[in-house]
Amino acid sequence: MSHDEDEMVIPQLADRVISEEIAVSVSDLDVTYRTTLEKRPTLKQAIVRMGRGKRSVRTIEALKDVTFEVPRGTVLGIVGHNGAGKSTLMRTIAGIVPPTRGRVEVTGRTSTLLSLGVGFNRALTGRENIVLGGLAAGLTKEELDERYEQIADFADIGDFIDMPMRSYSSGMGARLAFSVAVHLDPDILLIDEALSTGDAVFKEKAAQRMQELVDNSSTMLLISHALRTIINMSTEVIWLDHGKLMMQGDPEEVVDAYTEFVHVKKTTAAMNDM
Amino acid sequence: MSRAAATQDRPKQVYLPHRAGLPRLTTYVATLWSRRHFAAELSSATMRAAHTNTFFGQFWLVISPALNAAVYFMLVNVIRGGSAGPDFFMHLLAGLFAFTFIQTVVTNGADSVVKGGNLVLNTAFPLLLLPFSALRTAFLRFLPTMGILLAFFVYFDYFGPHSDSCDAITGACSPLNTIHFSPVQFLAIPAFALLFVFAMGLSALMATLQVYFRDTSQLLPYATRIWLYLSPVLYYADQMQPWMLKLEVLNPLFPMLTVWTDTLIRGVMPSTAMWLGSCAWALGSLLVGTFWFISREREFAVRI
Ligand SMILES: Nc1ncnc2c1ncn2[C@@H]1O[C@H](COP(=O)(O)OP(=O)(O)O)[C@@H](O)[C@H]1O
Ligand SMILES: [Mg+2]
Repeated sequence: MSHDEDEMVIPQLADRVISEEIAVSVSDLDVTYRTTLEKRPTLKQAIVRMGRGKRSVRTIEALKDVTFEVPRGTVLGIVGHNGAGKSTLMRTIAGIVPPTRGRVEVTGRTSTLLSLGVGFNRALTGRENIVLGGLAAGLTKEELDERYEQIADFADIGDFIDMPMRSYSSGMGARLAFSVAVHLDPDILLIDEALSTGDAVFKEKAAQRMQELVDNSSTMLLISHALRTIINMSTEVIWLDHGKLMMQGDPEEVVDAYTEFVHVKKTTAAMNDM
Repeated sequence: MSRAAATQDRPKQVYLPHRAGLPRLTTYVATLWSRRHFAAELSSATMRAAHTNTFFGQFWLVISPALNAAVYFMLVNVIRGGSAGPDFFMHLLAGLFAFTFIQTVVTNGADSVVKGGNLVLNTAFPLLLLPFSALRTAFLRFLPTMGILLAFFVYFDYFGPHSDSCDAITGACSPLNTIHFSPVQFLAIPAFALLFVFAMGLSALMATLQVYFRDTSQLLPYATRIWLYLSPVLYYADQMQPWMLKLEVLNPLFPMLTVWTDTLIRGVMPSTAMWLGSCAWALGSLLVGTFWFISREREFAVRI
């Protein structure tokens, strides 16, 4: 795992105010996906199954008994292997995926910047995607008019803004998505692996904007594979492993424990191979 | 940047385990209403995107239903081996345009949630906006066809052959023409309103079906074509076989299209049974479609 690429440094975190107030409270949370065995469920398969009298549902326990609290103003880093449940946790906090058990309380408006990006309809232009994303997220037309210029300026993709998004490079799409999420003026910002895209200049700008949000006492939840970024930006880190909360605490300590764990597992695996 | 500092301004959300049940309907409807602009924008943007790359652009909204009607008219006339009069032509047009509205709702509604992909996975919003947006698109495509219909209506009313115009020498009479404006035609507005409500429920129903059974959209072209042949569009209701007429209690479009063409084209008051049948289908579709959708929609994110 490389720690140094995709890194983003935020100059000063020491003087931020972490409030007593709880922004996100997660208690005893289980999330289980229920998917049909087939990749694409179809009528034919349903009929065949009905004939055999059985339902083939595969359950995936993405989160198991997770409990933690996030005070307002915290920048919470989330680390864990692929499939650990990080994205699922964010989707639950955003109210997109329902808990299977437990309870999630969120105080404030959330804005999600999940890795899939804002450009949901690639036949439409960047401008249309911005407007649609904003309206779906609950902004009014007036609020959007107010912010549209800021968003477009920040993304800085020139005339591409009025072209269908299928003509965008992946970097352009990511810039637009980032720009939308950080201009929605959320109380709680959820960022899922979206910082690593973009060139050096854009990263610099993104870091500055994040600092502004942090200064405004926004709460932030951050998933990144760049562990350096996590250490630099977070005030607190949680570590998930196969859906379980392994550790919560000081960024350096948790990341160290996580890297050591990954390292140990790797070496034992390597030794078992021999 | 302004920021609401007071705590009481921050909405508090509690997420609990999902049960296949309805959320608080008042809250749901309020959110749905407050984000209605999303559905409108989505449908406008989709319409723009569909017509920017073609030479005739937006004119296709008129050209394609007109061509469609011409094809069916020729087809039906050839099959009947004779010339049908203005009455039948107008019946066919009105029926076909209304049917096309329903067909568009069914097809686009089915795709609405599944094609919503990233937005559904990334944003928490009432998903019913997606099929309703498809409904709006279908309605916007339907409106220009009423212009075509009106043009023909005006033409036949003023210049069309009249039923008493028989050729003095051969004795052959022109086909019957009863196309005249009448006050009963205003009842076509509530008749269409019923179709619209029916379509509302249908769009939600198809969207839900497509999430659970991905074959749905593959089957739709065949299903809708059969539906067209079983509905009184390419022929009059009274030309149906008796056994077929019996089956029509199962066809929502039988009473709805009868009410529609009776009022709009023939200017006669449809029977009470037809009105009641239409109301029942409209309401039933709305309740079943939207409630099924709403009770399942939180689960959609983990299934698409
Ligand atoms: N939509 C989905 N349907 C079924 N299973 C899913 C879905 N999304 C994620 N999963 C499963 O849930 C687990 C956690 O996934 P995820 O939260 O995406 O992990 P991470 O973001 O940490 O990589 C994985 O095993 C993944 O396969
Ligand atoms: Mg992920």
